[in-house]
Amino acid sequence: MARLSERVLKVRSKNAGPFWLTIDIFCGSAAAFAAVSAGLTTARVAALYATPEPLVKRFEIADLAVIKFSLPRPVVQGCRHDRDMHGAQWAVLLAEAELD
Amino acid sequence: MTTRVLVPSGVLGLGFERAALARGVAARPDIICIDGGSTDSGPFALGAGQSKYSRAATKSEWRALMQARMAAGVPLVIGTAGTCGTDATVDWMYQITAELAAELGQTLRVARLYSSQPAARVIAALAAGRVHALTPAPEISAPRLRALSNIVALAGAEQIQAALATGADIVIAGRTTDTATIAALPLARGDHAGAVWHGAKIAECGALCSTNPTSGVIVVDFDATGFTVEPMAEGACCTPHSVSAHMLYENADPFILHEPGGHLDVRGAHYRALDRRRVRVEGSNWVPGRYTVKLEGAALAGYQTTILALLRDPHYVAHARDWVARLQGYLAEQITARMGLAPADYSLEFRLIGVDGGLGALENRSGAPVEVGVLGIVAAATQDLAAEIGKLINPFVLHYPLTDSEELPTFAFPFSPATTDRGALYEFALNHVMELDDPMSAFRLTVSEVGDGTTK
Repeated sequence: MARLSERVLKVRSKNAGPFWLTIDIFCGSAAAFAAVSAGLTTARVAALYATPEPLVKRFEIADLAVIKFSLPRPVVQGCRHDRDMHGAQWAVLLAEAELD
Repeated sequence: MTTRVLVPSGVLGLGFERAALARGVAARPDIICIDGGSTDSGPFALGAGQSKYSRAATKSEWRALMQARMAAGVPLVIGTAGTCGTDATVDWMYQITAELAAELGQTLRVARLYSSQPAARVIAALAAGRVHALTPAPEISAPRLRALSNIVALAGAEQIQAALATGADIVIAGRTTDTATIAALPLARGDHAGAVWHGAKIAECGALCSTNPTSGVIVVDFDATGFTVEPMAEGACCTPHSVSAHMLYENADPFILHEPGGHLDVRGAHYRALDRRRVRVEGSNWVPGRYTVKLEGAALAGYQTTILALLRDPHYVAHARDWVARLQGYLAEQITARMGLAPADYSLEFRLIGVDGGLGALENRSGAPVEVGVLGIVAAATQDLAAEIGKLINPFVLHYPLTDSEELPTFAFPFSPATTDRGALYEFALNHVMELDDPMSAFRLTVSEVGDGTTK
């Protein structure tokens, strides 16, 4: 068991337009990529962001050792309930998640 | 035919290295393209029809680009002028251009491409079944569309090509896709469409696709089979990794990019280092489709007033959430009793900075903060009403006790007055596309001459 951030180079998040959030995990090596690929389920990511799992898109890009998740923003950018206009702090939830 | 596009930076207003720009000009580009906006700062710019960047920063950078354009003798194009690309911000950018032309002694032909949409056009398209929701999309209707403060459509390459075809020295475009200004000329000259859109996506953030992201300036060469990208800053390099990784950036799907008239598919792309600084990309595919333009719209969602109190007393820091819950209940009663407002007439939210201010209900960690910032946010239909609620709650936010049996506390207010009127709150109201038979049918072009004292 280890936190994701301890196994990878970087986890970042950002808006992908006002309605989507995208999270990139830069694993840094093929070994870390394999570990994250096996140890991080889409269901886990969906739960962290309180999003229905079928709405979470998962991309595994072995050439870059990157795993990417995109999901509808937990709240639409800039609406009254939004706390993070650029969506960049949401990455921390995933960075701090424990890998299986 | 090879087309060389110079991109000075990811957005006008963010800065670029002047030496790198000079190297870019010396490389004899066919066109200079820069983006002027984005939705990334939120709905205010579009809602209000204003630039997010200062006029001073915009003018100083645009001066350097107008001088670069003159030196290169090629067109200069800005997309999404003034952050949001409304007609008002296109005219704001035009005014800056006219001032600079006079100051620099340049006489220029300027094309303005307008992207604002009258609500009636979108309502008619909606009724005709030609407006389609993306996921997730806010509900829309004719009354809702009429209530939006601004609607823009994102122009693609075709509209920029029409502007360039006027013989303009400078094109000031309203809302465009991030890639359209870069893609327009190489597509018009018959370069490989997949390569053009892919290279435009890689280049749209300037040197972000290189090892020196803040240097700004890059040059992209498009041709019949692919594109080559090279940063202009001393010591900056593009690598296959830095270039391919840029497809991840602010993209929900790293392989597919939708544009008016089709989509780009980069799953077959291969990235090759030509040398230490240049990367060659081939194999990207353009898939033609229905001609649609994306719509963006913003609606006024009330007015806000905020108040900030700091809790440093350990007793209150430890019980901040309980305190806020009790305070909130009390304030709701007071607002109803003294102002006669129903809960639906306003909103009042308290965020605990130091507890879960950034993540709210998603926060899954807790700690023992030294202090807690209590940010109260009032929203109501008018600024006067929001301000009045702010004044009503002010003394209680300052003094409200955790229990009835303790003396009145006094928290730290950093400001006098304690409340801040934030003005209008806007919200994004569209995530839709609109079908067009003719790409220009939802856009307007105006051509005029500036400079040499003809326009002030």
